[in-house]
Amino acid sequence: MLLISCPNCGSRDETEFHYGGQAHVAYPENPNELNDREWAEFLFYRDNTKGAFAERWLHSTGCRQWFNMLRDTVTYEIQAVYPMGTPRPDKAAPAPAASESGTASTAPDSTTTGSAGPSIAATSIATSTAPPSTTAPEGATK
Amino acid sequence: MMADLLPEHPDFLWRNPEPKSSYDAVIVGGGGHGLATAYFLAKNHGMTNIAVLEKGWLAGGNMARNTTIIRSNYLWDESAAIYEHALKLWEILPEELEYDFLFSQRGVMNLAHTLGDVRESMRRVGANKLNGVDAEWLDPQQVKELCPILNISDNIRYPVMGATYQPRAGIAKHDHVAWAFARKCDELGVDIIQNCEVTGFIKDGNRVTGVKTNQGTINTEKVGLCAAGHSSVLAEMAGFRLPIQSHPLQALVSELHEPVHPTVVMSNHVHVYVSQAHKGELVMGAGVDSYNGYGQRGSFHVIEHQMAAAVELFPIFARAHVLRTWGGIVDTTLDASPIVGTTPVDNMFVNCGWGTGGFKGTPAAGLTFAHTIATGTPHHLNKPFALERFETGALIDEHGAAAVAH
Repeated sequence: MLLISCPNCGSRDETEFHYGGQAHVAYPENPNELNDREWAEFLFYRDNTKGAFAERWLHSTGCRQWFNMLRDTVTYEIQAVYPMGTPRPDKAAPAPAASESGTASTAPDSTTTGSAGPSIAATSIATSTAPPSTTAPEGATK
Repeated sequence: MMADLLPEHPDFLWRNPEPKSSYDAVIVGGGGHGLATAYFLAKNHGMTNIAVLEKGWLAGGNMARNTTIIRSNYLWDESAAIYEHALKLWEILPEELEYDFLFSQRGVMNLAHTLGDVRESMRRVGANKLNGVDAEWLDPQQVKELCPILNISDNIRYPVMGATYQPRAGIAKHDHVAWAFARKCDELGVDIIQNCEVTGFIKDGNRVTGVKTNQGTINTEKVGLCAAGHSSVLAEMAGFRLPIQSHPLQALVSELHEPVHPTVVMSNHVHVYVSQAHKGELVMGAGVDSYNGYGQRGSFHVIEHQMAAAVELFPIFARAHVLRTWGGIVDTTLDASPIVGTTPVDNMFVNCGWGTGGFKGTPAAGLTFAHTIATGTPHHLNKPFALERFETGALIDEHGAAAVAH
């Protein structure tokens, strides 16, 4: 079972949370201009990374707020927890945005309903791949 | 029916050849689907200069980790057709492969615990009958007659309100299935190459022409991907994306018991499915872990949840000990149906997305995928499961009949 560090409530068991899939997938900026291929990309295609993966979680039985998490999908190690709307901490890693369709907005997380996280910087439980000193996102949220 | 002796192994199963420098076709993935594909390529299409590449040991991935249930009671025409074809193949394969794998048609019950379940189940029984799939609706008393250890009292949290029943469904000895296919593949000249991990693909323009592996480069005319769990990793190497998410799915077995559980019982609602293996272990599965994962292990609370459900449904399980638990990695799609067919890369084909139900589909997946690889065109049974359906919107939503949440 994962022990997840909610930015608002602290460390809680995985059973208190709901998984929300890949993070940083923006709602299309001009939906009317998308063709079927681009809609398919937005609706059904997500990265399925083997390794560090940015994903959304909802603390459904706690503060009921969404947040982002960087987790290794092989070791299940949680590398960082950070607020919605802030960039992925390890900017050196391949950006998931590279595979987003051409007309999609790159504005972060416009599909999410969660409010911004608290003013804390990323709760970084980072490993060597994500040094906290250089990766903490700024507090700016949408 | 139960506690049968395991079949004797034939003297010879398969060679362990060095990879040749080129093949007419390379199948990536030496599990059930990969082996079945190679078998039907050789048998039905005369393609014998082919190799099956397995990064670990033969059939050591999901083929060794599933709960061995075989059934075809799916809702939609497209699924019923391919799974029923698989079931018909299961019925003749032990003889065809000349290797018994103890296919035991002891029936599968899918329990209903709510009025919604009851209505959905009855609808499915009707749909199954229209598609020539054997299906019946059982009331709680009939459920009890078929599986006397089931608790059908109405004072439990999710009382049994009835069940669908498919008498021709059952279980098989999964390792023996793999070995049976592997032995025949070998006999037909197929090279099965273990410890051979694919590290990249060679392309000429948009056409795949070779496979890079940890045992060197192999040139090939055609590539078929059969690597459940890792299909999207391979696709990424080849330069395209798949609408697949990989999740851990756990199963467990108890210590050995005398025969107590004469059929297979599944419950989508309380999320446990149980059968008793030929040797006597109670084999149980649950739903997938919610998050993406490649770690071949899952969360303990999933096991806790499934055990609670199992003990309520089968009170005599309360004192059974868990012998071991394990996890497999399943390829899931948004409509809970597989993806079989061509890919954006010429001469590369994919068979993936079987989610939690790949084992039962093994023979039909192999037969139809072999057709697609050999001819370059879909088989009529796998045509609806093409990648294009995510663009056209012709999805095959089998979340209800998949019986395992994913």
